[in-house]
Amino acid sequence: MKLPIYLDYNATTPVDPKVLEAMMPFFTESFGNAASRNHSFGWQVEQVVEDARESIGNAIGAGGKEIVFTSGATESDNLAILGVAEFYQNKGKHIITSPIEHKAVIDPCHALEQRGYEITFLNLDENGCIELKQLEDSIRDDTILVSLMAGNNEIGTLNPLKEIGEITRAKGVLFHTDATQGVGKIPIDVEEMNIDLLSMSAHKIYGPKGMGALYVRRKKPRVRLSPIMFGGGHERGMRSGTLNVTGIVGFAKALELSMEEMASEAERLTGLRQRLYDRLTSELDYIFLNGHPTERLPNNLNLSFGYVEGESLMMGVSDLAVSSGSACTSASLEPSYVLRALGVGDDLAHSSIRFGMGRFTTVEEVDYAAEKMIVAVKRLREMSPLYEMVQEGIDLSTVQWSSH
Amino acid sequence: MAYSEKVIDHYNEPRNVGSLDKSDMNVGTGLVGAPECGDVMKLQIQVDPLTKEIVDAKFKTFGCGSAIASSSLATEWVKGKSIDEAMTIQNVEIVEELSLPPVKIHCSVLAEDAIKAAISDYKSRNKD
Ligand SMILES: Cc1ncc(COP(=O)(O)O)c(C=O)c1O
Repeated sequence: MKLPIYLDYNATTPVDPKVLEAMMPFFTESFGNAASRNHSFGWQVEQVVEDARESIGNAIGAGGKEIVFTSGATESDNLAILGVAEFYQNKGKHIITSPIEHKAVIDPCHALEQRGYEITFLNLDENGCIELKQLEDSIRDDTILVSLMAGNNEIGTLNPLKEIGEITRAKGVLFHTDATQGVGKIPIDVEEMNIDLLSMSAHKIYGPKGMGALYVRRKKPRVRLSPIMFGGGHERGMRSGTLNVTGIVGFAKALELSMEEMASEAERLTGLRQRLYDRLTSELDYIFLNGHPTERLPNNLNLSFGYVEGESLMMGVSDLAVSSGSACTSASLEPSYVLRALGVGDDLAHSSIRFGMGRFTTVEEVDYAAEKMIVAVKRLREMSPLYEMVQEGIDLSTVQWSSH
Repeated sequence: MAYSEKVIDHYNEPRNVGSLDKSDMNVGTGLVGAPECGDVMKLQIQVDPLTKEIVDAKFKTFGCGSAIASSSLATEWVKGKSIDEAMTIQNVEIVEELSLPPVKIHCSVLAEDAIKAAISDYKSRNKD
């Protein structure tokens, strides 16, 4: 077993060697510009790009012509939201989303608010689930878009895409989903789920960083977008810029591999997740699960270890690469906005650790991680005044804390 | 974030972790910070009633590595000092000793507050 152990697969993944192999020839030999129509260097890669487009589209039940290549899910989200907002502004200026979307969705929505659009952020229950009835009731005549993610990157909670799509389709409103964490991990079909726009990213599925795509529905209904980047008119005018051929080839290969093993991988990762959870909870008290217990990404486990601060915990498990919602680990000095939106107290938000498992995670690694976590939590609780007070029977909410 | 060697040392081998009997008249207890803010320090001192010297100090901290290191260092520094001398310990000295980056300065402030809170608790319980 090699140390450190990588358990942050929700942040990014290594490029699979098979993906790298597929990409290699397009750096040096077949380096043409897919837009060069007048020589074979161009034709050759154009065909490769079109095949990749088709294959990526098919993985989500779409056609190749509905795939717009981008630099990643951040750009895809921005293009979907800003592009729809601009194009459909005469129909209305109301958008519905949720407070635990990725910042790549939330921040463009806030930018639109500054420009006179109105954004509704749906309420969430303690597991991070929306209420379909509230979604339905929030849709108005001037609503142009509903943007709700497939699976949450921090807490793993899945949205009921099919049920959401039924509502948006019946109401004649466009449905965008940020499926960055879902594509290649859970079944997604844009037809069955009535999805109109879908964001994805290669680096979460063992493809290269800086490569993504936006699915834009072409019929029933035909979705229109105003571009956010202007230039040579590539991607049917929706996204100018010379195509990233190596990235596109890698993305297609990565998605192909993920789709092949999706069902078995989901089962294996769910098993590892349960094993980690069982092991930790059998040895430690005051562990709180963040996110939905079952309706969650197979590879994500987010736990708060009560009375232990997240950053100090990560320091104690320095041969594990995990992440924390603690303020101390972020530049903002604010604990995770996702956990806050769920009503998780700031104290428990500071105590949260996200474990992200993936293709190269083994049982041995999970067991090692569990043992390391148990030792570190126990040691830090020995040192924790809060744990001591709780053991003495003090209700921490009644303590007069000095703020600072 | 990269930690200084001294922070890592205090984190790995914290000095004076534990608790003193807070009902003891010669013990002063300071509890500062708040769980919502991500750090809480409890610092206790045991004072010799005749010499007013701090003969023992213990801490428990909920917080990041720098918070743990700051309070660990604070207990080391107060031991052997008179309560008046201990009152003069400044957070900037902790910042320097541990090479804390700007985002961690609040940890040193909290440690200074904890020392002062423990001393003032001791004094308030020993008003002659
Ligand atoms: C849900 C979600 N959306 C968007 C992004 C941004 O993706 P990218 O890094 O490809 O811009 C991420 C990854 O950080 C994500 O997890």
